[in-house]
Amino acid sequence: MSRKWVISAATAAAALFIGLGAVQAADAKKLVVGFSQIGSESGWRAAETKTAKTEAEKRGIDLKISDAQQKQENQIKAVRSFVAQGVDAIFIAPVVATGWDSVLKEAKEAKIPVMLLDRQIETKDQSLYMTAVTSDTVHEGRVAGEWLAKQTGGKCAVVELQGTVGSSPAINRKKGFDEVVAKNPGMKIIRTQSGDFTRAKGKEVMESFIKAENGGKGICAVYAHNDDMAVGAIQAIKEAGLKPGKDILVVSIDGVPDIFKAMSEGEANATVELTPNMAGPAFDALVAYKKDGKMPPKWIQTESKLFTPDTAKAEYERRKDAY
Amino acid sequence: MTSALQRFLPLIVTTAVLVVGFLMCAAQFPNFASWRVVGNLLTDNAFLGITAIGMTFVILSGGIDLSVGAVIGFTTVLLAVLIEHGGWHPLAAFAVALIAAGGFGAAMGGVIHVFQMPPFIVTLAGMFIARGLGFVLTTDSVPINHPLYGELNDIALRFGAGGKLSLPAMLMLGVVVAAVVLAHWTRFGANLYALGGNRQSAELMGVPVGRTTVAVYALSGLLAGLAGIVFSLYTGAGYSLAATGVELDTITAVVIGGTQLTGGYGYVVGTFVGVLIQGLIQTYITFDGTLSSWWTKIAIGVLLFVFILLQKGLLTVWAGRGGEPAEA
Repeated sequence: MSRKWVISAATAAAALFIGLGAVQAADAKKLVVGFSQIGSESGWRAAETKTAKTEAEKRGIDLKISDAQQKQENQIKAVRSFVAQGVDAIFIAPVVATGWDSVLKEAKEAKIPVMLLDRQIETKDQSLYMTAVTSDTVHEGRVAGEWLAKQTGGKCAVVELQGTVGSSPAINRKKGFDEVVAKNPGMKIIRTQSGDFTRAKGKEVMESFIKAENGGKGICAVYAHNDDMAVGAIQAIKEAGLKPGKDILVVSIDGVPDIFKAMSEGEANATVELTPNMAGPAFDALVAYKKDGKMPPKWIQTESKLFTPDTAKAEYERRKDAY
Repeated sequence: MTSALQRFLPLIVTTAVLVVGFLMCAAQFPNFASWRVVGNLLTDNAFLGITAIGMTFVILSGGIDLSVGAVIGFTTVLLAVLIEHGGWHPLAAFAVALIAAGGFGAAMGGVIHVFQMPPFIVTLAGMFIARGLGFVLTTDSVPINHPLYGELNDIALRFGAGGKLSLPAMLMLGVVVAAVVLAHWTRFGANLYALGGNRQSAELMGVPVGRTTVAVYALSGLLAGLAGIVFSLYTGAGYSLAATGVELDTITAVVIGGTQLTGGYGYVVGTFVGVLIQGLIQTYITFDGTLSSWWTKIAIGVLLFVFILLQKGLLTVWAGRGGEPAEA
């Protein structure tokens, strides 16, 4: 009886490992890159992973992805494993800014370049990573503000839906927008409140704005720190009997598929894209470095491109599969 | 002969799974069978191993400690706040953290014994309290920049090509050795097995139930505190969300290691092997690079299930022969 148990336990374990091992690694000549991703908590994050895969395929790079399930210890373990495997480069989308020094030191000792995607880290030794590919969130706010200033001839009473209090995108997207407002005396932020980056909260806050501003008559535009809150605000505007995109202009940041859908229906006016293609520029920098040792700049800034309703339909079709 | 085989069977199976698993990984990935991977396994799982040893003692005594993950998180935050905001020397902060964690465990043990409460509920409450206290101290992730941290992280015995036995790994191995001695060659260990085997007869035999209960939870808390120190070295920061769910990982390691959840039977060494098996599966998934990391959880779940069945089967065999599982 007891022997039977041993056999069945061993067989089960063996079957498990063989089953997992069915997918084999690719040939050795290709560049191998290990990517420690935070997780798949949002549509944008999933799109980032997906884009990284397609960008790697395009360049014939073997990409190994490790999902950290939002835990830093898993990310550190993954980086160590990548070092042990002897990959050609390691990409990290760090879940928190601190605590990377010791593991990055190991990568450096093994002479494996490290590139940060979409978020920065806090470290005293900047040589621990080769480059960081991130967007400039202040610039995003500026682009949104400039579009609105141009559109309204610099005369507009804006209500603002802020992101999560204290988060760096919320702080920076406000800062960039405020810079433009300061330059245009006719522009004013009449109300501002946090909508927590969520659709439900965006709708709720927008409802209270409309009530407070005489049924929305005093509001010329709403500026939302992300598209989700803008989609919520559009709902609130419609329910108040006004036309979003006409009575109240809607401008936001991120470029997720839903906002393109809203734009193609004339309910939103502009969005500034935070591209999920963080890996592409990093791959390019890596290939150039491996080919002739060209060091990339310490910060590779991704483009913050503004999209308007004219191209919305096509952009929606292009994007809906990536997300 | 047969009985010795029976006694060690869970341990043998666990070890066999680890060895076979490692060989399979090595056959598939040329870089796997390296000292670096072995060193990484020990370093990366040090905090888990240290905590799991404490959990083994608690489970052997017939209890459970759900607070350990939260205590690790709290310890990292406490260290970061004391060192960075309070300007304390890390060694002083370590001492305070260990005393706090051990005291916290002892308090839970006291409540469990005095009020005859189920350990599940008491330590669940402990989990919420410790996690909450961490958030009260700070919600940010606080980096620890004291030079001693860098020096401690640089301590390592190098072996083979790229192999490194880091300070956390050494600490874990030290804890394992000390725990084996404590479990099998001391009065405390004997009391523990007796208590977990049968509480009533242990009491009749004169085992100091209260003292042992308090001591075992204090030990678990203390080791969780030590794991917190290791974790803060590992990430160089204090973060109140650190080590969430680690209590479940450690219970898994204990069970895979062949210790019975009902208490009274098991081995500390088995837990150590159980921790390494979990680490091995995770390393495999990263090496492969195309599998979702959630396969780690699925693989561990299947293993856990198989081991529980194995234990149940062995118990049935023993019961059928009218014998008791031998005490270690």
